[in-house]
Amino acid sequence: MNFSEVFKLSSLLCKFSPDGKYLASCVRYRLVIRDVNTLQVLQLYTCLDQIQHAEWSADSRFILCAMYKRGLVQVWSLEQPEWHCRIDEGSAGLAASCWSPDGRHILNTTEFHLRITVWSLCTKSVSYIKYPKACQQGISFTRDGRYLALAERRDCKDHVSVFVCSDWQLLRHFDTETQDLAGIEWAPNGCVLAVWDTCLEYKVLLYSLDGRLLSAYCAYEWSLGVKSVAWSPSSQFLAVGSYDGKVRILNHVTWKMITEFGHPATVTNPKIVVYKEAEKNPRLALGRLAFPPPRAAAGAASSTESKYEIASAPVSLQTLKPIADRANPKVGIGALAFSPDNYFLATRNDSVPNAVWIWDIQKLKLFVVLEQLSPVRSFQWDPQQPRLAICTGGSKVYLWSPAGCVSVQVPGEGEHSVPGFLLAGCRRDSSGRAQPGSFVSLSVSSGKRPSQSPACTAWHWPGCKKAP
Amino acid sequence: MGEWMTVTDPHLSSESKNICQYTSETKMSPSSLYSQQVLCSSIPLSKNVHSFFSAFCTEENIEQSISYLDQELTTFGFPSLYEESKGKDTKRELNIVAVLNCMNELLVLQRKNLLAQENVETQNLKLGSDMDHLQNCYAKLKEQLETCRREMIGLQERDRQLQCKNRNLHQLLKNEKDEVQKLQNIIASRATQYNHDMKRKEREYNKLKERLHQLVMNKKDKKIAMEVLNYVGRADGKRGSWRTGKTEARNEDEMYKILLNDYEYRQKQILMENAELKKVLQQMKKEMISLLSPQKQKPRERADDSTGTVISDAEEDAGELSRESLWDLSCETVREQLTNSIRKQWRILKSHVEKLDNQVSKVHLEGFNDEDVISRQDHEQETEKLELEIQQCKEMIKTQQQLLQQQLATACDDDTTSLLRDCYLLEEKERLKEEWSLFKEQKKNFEKERRSFTEAAIRLGLERKAFEEERASWLKQQFLNMTTFDHQNSENMKLFSAFSGTSDRDSLTVHSRPRQKKPHGVSNGSLVCASKLTKSLPASPSTSDFCQTRSCASEHSSISVLNITPEETKPNQVGGEVTSQKWSTAPGSQEGCYSGCSLTHTNSHVEKDDLP
Repeated sequence: MNFSEVFKLSSLLCKFSPDGKYLASCVRYRLVIRDVNTLQVLQLYTCLDQIQHAEWSADSRFILCAMYKRGLVQVWSLEQPEWHCRIDEGSAGLAASCWSPDGRHILNTTEFHLRITVWSLCTKSVSYIKYPKACQQGISFTRDGRYLALAERRDCKDHVSVFVCSDWQLLRHFDTETQDLAGIEWAPNGCVLAVWDTCLEYKVLLYSLDGRLLSAYCAYEWSLGVKSVAWSPSSQFLAVGSYDGKVRILNHVTWKMITEFGHPATVTNPKIVVYKEAEKNPRLALGRLAFPPPRAAAGAASSTESKYEIASAPVSLQTLKPIADRANPKVGIGALAFSPDNYFLATRNDSVPNAVWIWDIQKLKLFVVLEQLSPVRSFQWDPQQPRLAICTGGSKVYLWSPAGCVSVQVPGEGEHSVPGFLLAGCRRDSSGRAQPGSFVSLSVSSGKRPSQSPACTAWHWPGCKKAP
Repeated sequence: MGEWMTVTDPHLSSESKNICQYTSETKMSPSSLYSQQVLCSSIPLSKNVHSFFSAFCTEENIEQSISYLDQELTTFGFPSLYEESKGKDTKRELNIVAVLNCMNELLVLQRKNLLAQENVETQNLKLGSDMDHLQNCYAKLKEQLETCRREMIGLQERDRQLQCKNRNLHQLLKNEKDEVQKLQNIIASRATQYNHDMKRKEREYNKLKERLHQLVMNKKDKKIAMEVLNYVGRADGKRGSWRTGKTEARNEDEMYKILLNDYEYRQKQILMENAELKKVLQQMKKEMISLLSPQKQKPRERADDSTGTVISDAEEDAGELSRESLWDLSCETVREQLTNSIRKQWRILKSHVEKLDNQVSKVHLEGFNDEDVISRQDHEQETEKLELEIQQCKEMIKTQQQLLQQQLATACDDDTTSLLRDCYLLEEKERLKEEWSLFKEQKKNFEKERRSFTEAAIRLGLERKAFEEERASWLKQQFLNMTTFDHQNSENMKLFSAFSGTSDRDSLTVHSRPRQKKPHGVSNGSLVCASKLTKSLPASPSTSDFCQTRSCASEHSSISVLNITPEETKPNQVGGEVTSQKWSTAPGSQEGCYSGCSLTHTNSHVEKDDLP
């Protein structure tokens, strides 16, 4: 595994271009574009203010930098460094900004979700979409980039509008039978829209592209409902994770539940492999232990090497007792993701925060459980292989594939041998879409020196470049 | 009587007195005070009797007392004490005989009474003890009753408490239910209120938003703008089109096209899946047919009516179906045909299996009658035998286990260990005996062999003598022939013989080793004999300790052979063939030894070849 040197970073903004050739990272008001292979700086753009959001266009030719505080969006072209574009939302303010899939339009959501402004880079035309709903996932483009589904709220009722992305014409507009719509997502084939209600009610609605209600699914009532939803890449399954700690898989023919994946705290089936992360304690010679321990050693202690051990049959996982009287209780399936080849589903139960369950979708059975030493922050599948990257907020990244799993220490201390610097952990890792196996681990330092700001390390998994 | 008196304890006597008093009081008339007195006095000590009577009768009142006694006695039914008076006014005379009779009778009566009294007393005692026992029982039962009563009270109390609790709980439940109802109502009302509020708030919010929107949008905000250096071409390279009604229609069309495509794709997939399933079904059917077809012949031959025709039908169907491409047919017809044919075949298969079952059972029935098959009795006997064997084995295992456990348990127990040791000794003794017998047998065999060997040796000696004679004659002839033989040649001869001798020795030492290692056996014994023979042919080892010689011989053999060889080589100086021949004649000698000898032989030949 190859690691780059550590790059500076602000606001944890670091993005691979969709074609996997470039890496954009933001350092305060500067945007740095690097080549992925050589990691040499290709372009350096200076924005008007500290960048709060950056996003590549789908064709990797443009990159937008949003400065929410000033209501500004700046767009840069990679091919023409002198080209620039500045969009000012003025007094309406800016709450969110994103590209349309064609890479020629920018959708800006104003503050208070008053409207969405669609700016075109091709023509002077500006389109407005009113009444967008402020919710968890209110905007969804189809994968082919043709349609946009938008959750709206009008007259205290939820609606969904389907727009044609080519000319932003309204194609369909229908109200949904939801109390308080929480999210929408297109199926990867772009023909079915999944709509789910707020967590207070378990309700998943499936709409056809033409606005027909295909099916409504409700697993239970009178309890906290849907927490996370994911389509399988083949559009064949819809996985719904809920607050009762179960994932329900709906099929695409009858839209009924095929199976239910419970997440018990004890794994009893001996066929299921349970990988347990274990600390590999470096053997410290007693004579060498100095008192007081040097700071460097103290820093290293937090990032001791770890390895996976295969635990034998009845394994009980660490569970968390949820605090009942607080909002957003730590229960239920907080995250779930299908592998790009449809074979696996990775889930995390928030009440068992240290574990990642990996389910075999072919057999519809539990396949592997990974138990980490610390709570799993996020996980992401490799876009080309059935390989899962997990991070727990430590200085390590964990990789799982059907062949096994490894824990990788992201180097940091080596370069930063400044006393007092401490690599607190990777907050997030994102993987390039077309460039397999390239990871960026974003890390925050809790260093005392202000110059030791957040940093990122790009690294490769060996052999991934040979992959087709 | 006196004895009894002394035996009775005062307490008892007083008691009996009481009883007597009681009886006299109830039964007797008050006039019978005297008898009572008598009765009373009869129990107290006998020494009082005399004084009592003396008090009753004095010198003065003999007459009165006699008359009184007479009176009394007559009233009790005794004969009068007086002689019967002949005359009226004549003084009646005391009849002594009558008195004595009376006395005797009285005494008898007294004895009887005493006996009765004794009986009564024992009975009384018995009854008393019975009474005591009963009283005890009564007390116990009373106690029990008391405890039971207490328990019952406790239980009742508990029951009452539980009931109370139950009532309370019921009340609580009711309360809770009410509460729940209330809360539900509250929740519902709150929910409606909340919804209402939410709606209100949302409306307000919407109003505000609207206003804000108006404010923000209406005011020609100069700031809302986009600065672009130059516009970029569309990603698809086309120019943007005007929005018209047509575009809308086109969009619709496109949407439906997409949907249609999706549905078509899905249909295709489903069709494919269907085809796959049909294929599987078809295959299954074919296999079924092939499975059933050999059966088909038989029923036809037997002119079995139903199955054969059905099968043929099914076959025809199958042929039809296989000829046509399945997915060309409309789903329903195919389905019908397929299901029908499958059903038919299934029926056939089922009947076939049933038939087979019947056959099997028939065969079973026939089999019992058949002689080839083991009859039931034999079978049972066999099983019984086997069971018995199993039982025995089990027992043996058990005993073994016990022994083992004992051995384990009594590792420290000296007595048992000694016993066990004895046991083992006995066992060992037996084993030794067996070994001894075996050994004896071996010995016998050995002796037989030795005898034969000696005979052979004698024969050999004779032969040898003849041979030596021959050799002598031959040598003589040679000598005569080679009178011109020079001195050098003879020296050469010597050299070779010395060489051959050493090599011989070496080979022998080498080959004698494996002999030592060999375990004791019969072959070894014969071998030893052979070695012995080489040493001294007629000499035989002492028969008594043959075994010792056997064990030692193997060790000695090499030495003995080594000892021999120099002796043997001396005469061999003349020619190596002799030794080799001699070795080869040794019966049962090892191959190694033999080869060693042959080696010397060849060597000698080589030497000879070197000779000019």
